[in-house]
Amino acid sequence: MVEVGDTLPELVRGPIDRATLALFAGASHDYVPLHIDSDFAKAAGMDDVFAHGMLSMAYLAQMLTHWAPQERLRRWNVRFTAITPLHATVTCRGEITGIFEEAGERLARVRIGSWTDKEVQTLDGEAVVALA
Amino acid sequence: MIDRDRHVGTVSEPRVVDVEAGFLKFFAKATGETNPVYFDEAAARAAGHPAIPAPPTYFFSLHMSRPAKRGDVFDKENGLGVDMMKILHGEQGFTYHALAYAGDRLTITTTTEDIYAKKGGALEFVVQTTRFEKDDGTLCAEARQLAVVRNG
Repeated sequence: MVEVGDTLPELVRGPIDRATLALFAGASHDYVPLHIDSDFAKAAGMDDVFAHGMLSMAYLAQMLTHWAPQERLRRWNVRFTAITPLHATVTCRGEITGIFEEAGERLARVRIGSWTDKEVQTLDGEAVVALA
Repeated sequence: MIDRDRHVGTVSEPRVVDVEAGFLKFFAKATGETNPVYFDEAAARAAGHPAIPAPPTYFFSLHMSRPAKRGDVFDKENGLGVDMMKILHGEQGFTYHALAYAGDRLTITTTTEDIYAKKGGALEFVVQTTRFEKDDGTLCAEARQLAVVRNG
């Protein structure tokens, strides 16, 4: 029985290295050079390449779909609140903040977020998941 | 500044993309996925799927794999012409209606919903929504993207 205040099992990925970013760029069709070309990133005023926000969002998706099958994920949204630097480890967390009904379905509202190993929050969002 | 009057309301041409099993497996590997449903056909079928499902954020990748000619954020001629050095991803959301699977062919349409500035134009925000439909017209997913342009 899912209750408000329950937490989802944490999901930890990383540390993120340059190979992680190269692989993710290729696999996700995201070739924005800020994430894979150090020269370009520095010219843009960054310290170095940094992780795609969508990589952490993919990790959050794994946390959600390992908790409940994907066909129960109705909608979700995240804000990218800080960049994820090279060598960071990413921890995804979620907590049930509400249970409600909509269109005859029982749904859970899940506050979700990701954090670096320096406890900087990088993504902040909410997911709505149908309860079995 | 981006020309708001020119771009808000622009709808891209439809783009047709194939959901490819090989790319789904590559995506699973690149994200450290441990659930075999996302990289093993037999596991996917055992879980009741007809094929490997596209994971929740893969719709964004499909969108990136086939940039629109009309209304693309980066395209300098027919789109917004934003410099890649200046862009940050601000928000991303998805609403789902049906899973997409390896072997599906999807049609993607992107609409530029809004463009607004803050801090006297130092920051510009571009809101685009994208629809993903199967060949039979089934709406699989809708995505909403907020891009931030740093002009400062």
